[in-house]
Amino acid sequence: MAFQLDPRTPSGPLEHRWAKAKQEMKLVSPANRRKYSVIVVGSGLAGGSAAATLGELGYNVKCFCFQDSPRRAHSIAAQGGINAAKNYQNDGDSVYRLFYDTIKGGDFRSRESNVYRLAEVSVNIIDQCVAQGVPFAREYGGTLANRSFGGAQVSRTFYARGQTGQQLLLGCYQALERQVDAGRVQMFSRHEMLDLVVIDGRARGIITRNLVTGSIDCHVADAVVLATGGYGNVFYLSTNAKGSNATAIWRAYKRGAGFGNPCFTQIHPTCIPQSGDYQSKLTLMSESLRNDGRIWVPKKKGDTRNPNEIPEEERDYYLERMYPAFGNLCPRDIASRAAKVMCDQGYGVGPGGRGVYLDFKEAIQRLGRKTIEERYGNLFEMYERITGEDPYTVPMRIYPAVHYTMGGLWVDYHLQSTIPGLFVLGEANFSDHGANRLGASALMQGLADGYFIIPYTIGHFLAQVKPGGVGADHPEFVAARKQVDERTRRLLSIKGRKTVDDFHRELGRIMWEYCGMARNASGLKHALEKIPELREEFWQNVNVPGSAEELNQSLEKAGRVADFLELGELMCLDALEREESCGGHFREEYQTEDGEAKRDDERFCHVAVWEHAGEGRRPVRHVEPLQFEFVHLAQRSYK
Amino acid sequence: MKIILNIWRQKNSSSPGKMVRYELDNVNEHMSFLEMLDVLNEELTRKGEDPVTFEHDCREGICGCCGFMINGIPHGPERGTTVCQLHMRHFRDGDELWLEPFRAKAFPVIKDLMVDRSAFDRIISAGGYISVNTGSAPEANSIPVKKQCADRAMDAAACIGCGACVAACPNASASLFVSAKIAHLGLLPQGQPERDRRAMRMVLKMTEEGFGYCTNTGECEAICPKGVKIENIAMMHRDFTRAVALFREEAKVGGAG
Repeated sequence: MAFQLDPRTPSGPLEHRWAKAKQEMKLVSPANRRKYSVIVVGSGLAGGSAAATLGELGYNVKCFCFQDSPRRAHSIAAQGGINAAKNYQNDGDSVYRLFYDTIKGGDFRSRESNVYRLAEVSVNIIDQCVAQGVPFAREYGGTLANRSFGGAQVSRTFYARGQTGQQLLLGCYQALERQVDAGRVQMFSRHEMLDLVVIDGRARGIITRNLVTGSIDCHVADAVVLATGGYGNVFYLSTNAKGSNATAIWRAYKRGAGFGNPCFTQIHPTCIPQSGDYQSKLTLMSESLRNDGRIWVPKKKGDTRNPNEIPEEERDYYLERMYPAFGNLCPRDIASRAAKVMCDQGYGVGPGGRGVYLDFKEAIQRLGRKTIEERYGNLFEMYERITGEDPYTVPMRIYPAVHYTMGGLWVDYHLQSTIPGLFVLGEANFSDHGANRLGASALMQGLADGYFIIPYTIGHFLAQVKPGGVGADHPEFVAARKQVDERTRRLLSIKGRKTVDDFHRELGRIMWEYCGMARNASGLKHALEKIPELREEFWQNVNVPGSAEELNQSLEKAGRVADFLELGELMCLDALEREESCGGHFREEYQTEDGEAKRDDERFCHVAVWEHAGEGRRPVRHVEPLQFEFVHLAQRSYK
Repeated sequence: MKIILNIWRQKNSSSPGKMVRYELDNVNEHMSFLEMLDVLNEELTRKGEDPVTFEHDCREGICGCCGFMINGIPHGPERGTTVCQLHMRHFRDGDELWLEPFRAKAFPVIKDLMVDRSAFDRIISAGGYISVNTGSAPEANSIPVKKQCADRAMDAAACIGCGACVAACPNASASLFVSAKIAHLGLLPQGQPERDRRAMRMVLKMTEEGFGYCTNTGECEAICPKGVKIENIAMMHRDFTRAVALFREEAKVGGAG
């Protein structure tokens, strides 16, 4: 069955489109809302804010998360900030400028209408969060403070020290708990969604595993919202929390939801470099550090001197040299690639030459240590804890790492997937970031989707369907539940010789090597041979101890890695087909003479949407053309 | 380096637990404590034994998932850290360590080192929020907040809800956690309308959940990985006392019209 890829983009002037769409949407009356039930999977910025807001409106909401509490969602780890076009600094910001920066930053691979709406509601997000008591940084006069972030020349980023994601998440978590108290939201923590149930072409519920008791349960609803975050853990080492996974969206993909641009992965430039094989994850240092830190490498290859002994004239501040207009604040993909190029050429520092310096010496001289402590104290402390080095006296060492996935389930302007009744929010969808995410824009999208978009669009959907009508005894529920049971039993019965982590690490090595910051056709073809072999071996030789009827962390991991082993292949396939370089996706065959990414708007100005064609069959690639009516496509330049 | 671990193993909340001894020979000083346990778990899995269950997620010290007792101290011997941010360079070759779950009546053990902290969610649910529906918020800069208030609110809001304060307290009191939320919201102008109600309901809920009373021992502040201060508890007591005098739950009477 071919997809209907109607983006449902409203017509008319860009600045009136969202208002027009809202006007045209059908409403559910307050008295009828309580007859509808909605499932929200995920409790981060997107899921938590959606569940809270839908609860406030009067729908019956069931919210699920795999952690012990919705307050643990990985949004909590976002450090730097959230953008909003408030123009509080009087530096020329506007909704249009935020929109333009975001479209350009995403290398013109996202929809104009979606991105404009994001910029438009950004101002309401700040109002909402301030009213909830989010303790944003303030000026002495009591007004909100701002700072600048990568990819922008204005200061539009709102922040709560280095813990912005935490504070925004706690804001929506508190709103969510308020609805739990009011009886409008039922919270299911320590539950993992293991399948989506589609009846008569409509999403009607999910199958979950209670992670404490092992019980497999059916949950029926009138609509399902997935807000389950990104799948960066396919690389094994990433900045994602260890539990972040692709299972919910992968199950939905297999039930017929299109997967958009799976290969678009954002590599974050400022992470602490890897130090050993035992390492379980990578830690990000907020991009805000680039406001005051200067990035450099020694001018001499393989210079192993103590950085403080390398004189000024022997340092190469390569970002300031290559991109004078933006300097250390150039976008993430540019900064990441430049770091990799410097290291590949032999200028890298630290173990294995996989690092560049991020130096605060000048900033400390200019502003004083106290100011730097106030701005970045917690980050410096974190760095010191992990590396044992003091960044106040020795420059930090940083290296790029997998951070955010811009790909995800395809959604239209209403955030509905190709399966009616299945909505996808935040990082789990593909929609707003194009080929690259700018700093401080992920928190913005999560909250925009959850607080301000889904309440309207899901209402429009629900107004057109009757509540209820299906029970958990429906054959589709029974069948899906049986499949989940069988898969679990199969994982436990293999009793092979390798651990789940052995397979995950191996998959991660393949993905980083061949589908990471730079890719080429022969590498991707190689990966496309290796991954199916590894998957084959997984199902023959993995060892998952314990049973299904208890808390079993190995079993949880095994299910997630099994899905990563399939998703990784789709990512490589997508990367191979996209014969251009854009954003975080750099195909070595397609670059300009001076080594910058070379887009091909003739052939690839579109979203690639993959359709599952059955087990063992090659998925089908569909295309949603991207139309640019208001901005003209230009080569990105930050020089 | 070599590390000897004595770990509390308990199959589930209804079975008895016991200490089991493990020896690890190849511990690297740059590993985090949890990465060291990962290595142990890989070994156990290869031997066909049940790996040790412990809770963790972000491994960046912010999600609040991780935490257990190391030699009787929540999150281990280093000050101001979560166990995921504790590195093996702080231990010595041949050290023998005792790992146990957080102990508190209100935190039942789920398995091995993992406990149930859902009581914290129920306390927040009782009133740890500001009631504002989405879309009805005024322009953000129409509510000026003194920088000192915003900073102090942020100090309190930094709480990650890990539960170390409860585990460190001889009375298993949740006062530091509860007071952090009461102070965070009570210090802001937006938090004033519900201040009495919040203090009343959260404090009563804490008691109902089985946490003990605060006796100003101060262990909670000493152990808090985020440096949340005991002065918040003073503010909580003050707010609660005021609420006892002033606050009445809304009468359940119908409206006119």
